Amino acid sequence: MQKETIKIAMVGHVDHGKSTLIGRLLIDTDSLPKEKITEIKKLSKELGKEAELAFIVDQLKEEREQAKTIDTTQIFLKIKNNNFVLIDTPGHVELLKNMITGATQADIALLVIDINEGIMEQTKRHLYVLNMVGINSVIVIFNKMDLVDYKKERFNALKSDLLTFLENLNIEPVFIIPVSAKQDVNISKKCYKIAWYKGPSLLEAFGLLKSNTKSIKKSLRFAVQDIYKINNKKIIAGKMLSGILKKNQQVLLLPSNVTVTIKSLNVFGKYNKIKACSGENIGISLNETLPVKRGYILAQKENSPKLSVSFRGNILWLCKEPLKINKTINLRCSTQEVDCIVERIEKRIDSSTLNIIEENAKELRLNEVGLAALKTKKPIVIEKFAFIEELGRFAVGRDHDLIGIGVII
Amino acid sequence: MILSHTLTQFKGNKSRTMNYLDELENKTIYILREAYASFRNITLLWSIGKDSSTLLWISRKAFFGKIPFPIIHIDTTFKFKEIYEFRDIYSKKWGLDLIVSKNKSALKEKINPKKSKLECCNALKTEALKTTLREYGFKALLLAIRRDEHGIRAKERYFSPRTIDFTWNYQDQPLEPWGFYKSTIEDEEHIRIHPMLHWTELDIWKYIKKEKIPMVGLYFAKNCKRYRSIGCQTCCVPIDSNANTTTKIIRELETTKIAERNGRAQDKENSYTMQKLRSLGYM
Repeated sequence: MQKETIKIAMVGHVDHGKSTLIGRLLIDTDSLPKEKITEIKKLSKELGKEAELAFIVDQLKEEREQAKTIDTTQIFLKIKNNNFVLIDTPGHVELLKNMITGATQADIALLVIDINEGIMEQTKRHLYVLNMVGINSVIVIFNKMDLVDYKKERFNALKSDLLTFLENLNIEPVFIIPVSAKQDVNISKKCYKIAWYKGPSLLEAFGLLKSNTKSIKKSLRFAVQDIYKINNKKIIAGKMLSGILKKNQQVLLLPSNVTVTIKSLNVFGKYNKIKACSGENIGISLNETLPVKRGYILAQKENSPKLSVSFRGNILWLCKEPLKINKTINLRCSTQEVDCIVERIEKRIDSSTLNIIEENAKELRLNEVGLAALKTKKPIVIEKFAFIEELGRFAVGRDHDLIGIGVII
Repeated sequence: MILSHTLTQFKGNKSRTMNYLDELENKTIYILREAYASFRNITLLWSIGKDSSTLLWISRKAFFGKIPFPIIHIDTTFKFKEIYEFRDIYSKKWGLDLIVSKNKSALKEKINPKKSKLECCNALKTEALKTTLREYGFKALLLAIRRDEHGIRAKERYFSPRTIDFTWNYQDQPLEPWGFYKSTIEDEEHIRIHPMLHWTELDIWKYIKKEKIPMVGLYFAKNCKRYRSIGCQTCCVPIDSNANTTTKIIRELETTKIAERNGRAQDKENSYTMQKLRSLGYM
């Protein structure tokens, strides 16, 4: 059986070398077709530059001309028998929205810091955002070591700065590795220039990663996506958010708050399915004839979730037009969708410095985080993010766009 | 901090109770069901190639054997005859509501790839699609593009809006956090939905093998040649290969250094051709 694929979000301040590092990894692991390398060399020449490793991921014309990553991209990488997906994300603050799109799909992050510049505004912001979206493990790369003559003192000084900053966050730096992506030092192989460093190279570190299999013993939650009528039979299609669901099991249907019995589990082409686990997208039918709609949740009777109209959470606002209190926005939590207002913004926080800008604020601006009290028009099923992620995280929207994300605390 | 050579466990972002191919399939099913829940007026573009045939296969699973929306085949009239045969057999067998889309006026003017490939693709594929979408009033289009096919496609969202003139605003794409996708659009827009974005070419073949999905014979080697990517007969070149079974194709792909779309003419004319084609509404 094929091993798991680990998804790694590349984060860090602008120009610290994220895209260049991906280019280097692809070349060092021999992952690129020959014609691709020729194409990159030719293009770099046309733009009057030396061969630009970043062009491998910065594929848009505008990205190459402006030498910056505009949008997130994903690259597949195979190292020995391990599979990885590298998710490149933009470092510019105005592109935080695209960084979030990338980072929320990752299992772990790789933070790139320029040894000369140290911890910068987006370094801090990205770490804070990772912490908020539940990515608590980070591989840290101190890049451009060639510019400081591979000096150990510089490495130690930055390491101590970083560890001090991380004291306020629930993030563990699983590796801290000094490299030069450009000079190919400590990426795939070690180098005498940096003999004082005894840890693994970046590729070795990748090989040492193993994701913690989360227990499926968590309480059952199933989110209804849609209702289909197949050969006159009603099938409730939905996703197993957590736990296990079995045929004949008695479960709680929310928000109706009635007990129902699972008559059958339906998967096309599979007969007599008796059990479904977390992550599966299945169909079910019930013994009872009851109205069921998209957004309904099935839960285990013991340890059942809260049905609520008000809760507190951290919101990261990603829209130029500010979030104003008491203005209706749309909230999505798993397949649930409901109108809501932000009643209070208890704290308005700068997502880079983590400083409180204002208490009891009236609005939240682009890229700011607010500790907020929300009130929904109808009751919805929620959980703490730390307990069941999929019912503890939400997105907010207005008109046709999603413009913010949040986690329930 | 761990700096030793021991396995480093980290807290994953999701539970892992399934194997890899099941995980890919389940994500695609979730996206298909989200797409249909948000946009009832939806269609799937079937080129009869391996990716869209796999998407079609998973759609049958997602909707319990009966796909509740029409399937479009864009017919440039330059496709391989095997493609037409396969289409006719399986659209009948699987009970598909098939729409064949052709740009009749361009074909009357005898547009063909010999003059300009860009012009030909644009007229016979993009323009044909535009007309069909307008005619039927489709708001959403399911497409089987994958991130690993092309760097420009790697920049795509799962749910990606297009303006009335089919423009892709790649400089300001929607926020797509966790499993939350764009669920409404402006009246004049349509949305491209990409449920296979996270699959690689190798994943596709492993899944074809596991599920025993029927595929067009062109993919399997005959006389030491096979097609790795199929489309119009005029613009596809076969590769040297002895892989005449899915198992052998998988083995071949595990070691190859040649890009998948190497046999496709259009990508090579200009480095930004794909970006240009896509911003005009190409798939």
